[in-house]
Amino acid sequence: MKLSGWGRYPWVEVLPEEPRTDTEICAHLACAPSLIARGNGRSYGDAALNESCVLDMRHMSRLVAFDEGSGFMVCEAGVLLSDLVALFVPRGWFVPVTPGTRFVTIGGMVAADVHGKNHHVAGSFGDHVRWLDLMLADGQIMRCSRQENVGLFNATLGGMGLTGVILRVAFALQRIETDLIAQRLLKAASLDEAMDLFESNDAATYSVAWIDCLASGGRLGRSLITLGEHLPRSALPPTREGRPFADVPRQRLAMPVSSPAWVMNRRSVATFNALYYARGRPGERIVSLASYFYPLDAIGAWNRLYGRNGFVQYQFVLPKAASREGLRAVLDRVAAAGAGSFLAVLKLFGAARYRAGSLSFPREGYTLALDFPVSTGTFKLLEQLDVIVAAFGGRLYLAKDARSGAAMLAGYDQLDTFRVLRERLDPVRRLSSLLSRRLGL
Amino acid sequence: MNASGTAYGAGSLMLVVGGTSDIGRAIAHRHAAAGGALILTARETARLEPDAQDIRLRYRTEVTVVGFDLLALETHARLLDELPALPDIVVCVAGLLGDHAVSRGDPIAAKLVMETNYVAPALLLGLVANRFEARGRGVIVGISSVAGERGRASNYVYGSAKAGFTAFLSGLRARLSRTSVRVVTIKPGFVATRMTAGFKLPPVLTAQPEEVGAAVAAAIRRQKDVVYVRSIWQPIMTVIRYMPETIFKRMKY
Repeated sequence: MKLSGWGRYPWVEVLPEEPRTDTEICAHLACAPSLIARGNGRSYGDAALNESCVLDMRHMSRLVAFDEGSGFMVCEAGVLLSDLVALFVPRGWFVPVTPGTRFVTIGGMVAADVHGKNHHVAGSFGDHVRWLDLMLADGQIMRCSRQENVGLFNATLGGMGLTGVILRVAFALQRIETDLIAQRLLKAASLDEAMDLFESNDAATYSVAWIDCLASGGRLGRSLITLGEHLPRSALPPTREGRPFADVPRQRLAMPVSSPAWVMNRRSVATFNALYYARGRPGERIVSLASYFYPLDAIGAWNRLYGRNGFVQYQFVLPKAASREGLRAVLDRVAAAGAGSFLAVLKLFGAARYRAGSLSFPREGYTLALDFPVSTGTFKLLEQLDVIVAAFGGRLYLAKDARSGAAMLAGYDQLDTFRVLRERLDPVRRLSSLLSRRLGL
Repeated sequence: MNASGTAYGAGSLMLVVGGTSDIGRAIAHRHAAAGGALILTARETARLEPDAQDIRLRYRTEVTVVGFDLLALETHARLLDELPALPDIVVCVAGLLGDHAVSRGDPIAAKLVMETNYVAPALLLGLVANRFEARGRGVIVGISSVAGERGRASNYVYGSAKAGFTAFLSGLRARLSRTSVRVVTIKPGFVATRMTAGFKLPPVLTAQPEEVGAAVAAAIRRQKDVVYVRSIWQPIMTVIRYMPETIFKRMKY
């Protein structure tokens, strides 16, 4: 079958294996020339692709232990975050860090070391992992944590599945009092204003900005910033009194077929952006947790929006000191190219915990995510953006990347340590993906 | 509990025979999600325990694991005698596709397919029926197959066994029709499971295991007798059933 990441570019022809036990995974490691584990296929590019063998981990989906008192959870790597949300939010528990979709696996969250809107206060998902069980290329199972096999632990958080197959993960859920979010919307007329707002609101638990990447000149970087806090029980609205956990996520709509590629053109995106910006009313609202964290999950297969050829997402982070200048350069370039990105998301990361040998993406500074339909024009533009990002000392998010060259890894300061570890554990690169080969990892 | 004395989900106890299979697991999850308690059986309980623990943690319901070899007919009565309680619902998911090329020429292999799909499940459910009848209520669910509706060149050993199972369930249902014991026959069609991994199955005709779980829930709640998991199988099987043998025998599928 044709298998791709969420961006539907690139793809390979492979029939994924569906292991249900550690023993079966071990057998695949022994037989396959090379393989990569795959979760729910939400990484955008080629991180979970391999022509010879892909391990679809979604049958490794058992909860192993849960402590109702402390929220300590142990589960297999293929457990879906959407299952945890559905089962545990009504009991007053939520993950400490969530990406922008709940249709990811816990193993994928570790492998990409995902971040959320609370990175500046909570760090990335890896910061909440207590330990994990990893099956190395030779079939050996290693328990890794901050106390044992530390190098392996660090390299696995954000290691894109290249250190071994993640089997089980232990982490703590956080207590929530309701399934609602108090959201505050702020409007920024320019990039500078948006960045000032991020910095003056760094006490907010959650913060993220949607940015109009087609606006140029004085409006360059105009944005809507949403801040969020878990709503305390004492602030429940009258309609929900006595029912702190009553949200039923809406029935999902789905894109039945791919829309023609021309639907996402400069004009349609510019119109959408202008309307969306104008419609944004500053102020406070109470919204459901699902609609706050997972707005796009309401539309099934939204990746079909970009047409049959697929799309690429481009997410980078710049060091904080270089962010103002760097972001301006990138947005100028994007606006000049007239390449409208439907989803353009800006976020200020907090300081990242030092982890030797980690390819984890988040570091202190601003991150911007853009997406573009696959085309030669897009690839040319992204090469120009690469130059800007590299010049400002930034790095690309590997979970989104489908096309960059090995030179872009220069932004990862722990790259050499990661490579040494990989050379020692897996000299023949039994664990490999299209991404690892493309970047020479 | 509804009018005829059958229940699903909260307050009811379901026994799933063949709990390690993908379909068995999906049926168990669905019942537990509705608040029901479970007893799961498997030959090797060690293999089943992680699944049982998963269900306990997800749904905070009681799950008991029992070691049981369905093919050991002499142990059937003991299984039922030793259960913590006589269940409200008994689902038999056991099945073995086998390799038809082998089954055709190897009586021992063919016998295993026949016993696993017909002899053992039918006889177990027969004993369950007697106990349900004595108690005055209960629901029996047999997971049979569309393959049992007509013998095909490519899998008649499996198909004939499922045909026997379907006929047995039909007879049981007729016998118990004046009681409050109900018998449900589920015909899943193709299901994406370990049993069919590697087969090229048409997506429209292929259900996910969760759909079988949902079909079992719906069949019990709506008091159905025979259920195709995907309704598209109904017209397809009607055509296949009524096709003259002179044509059917030449079909290559």
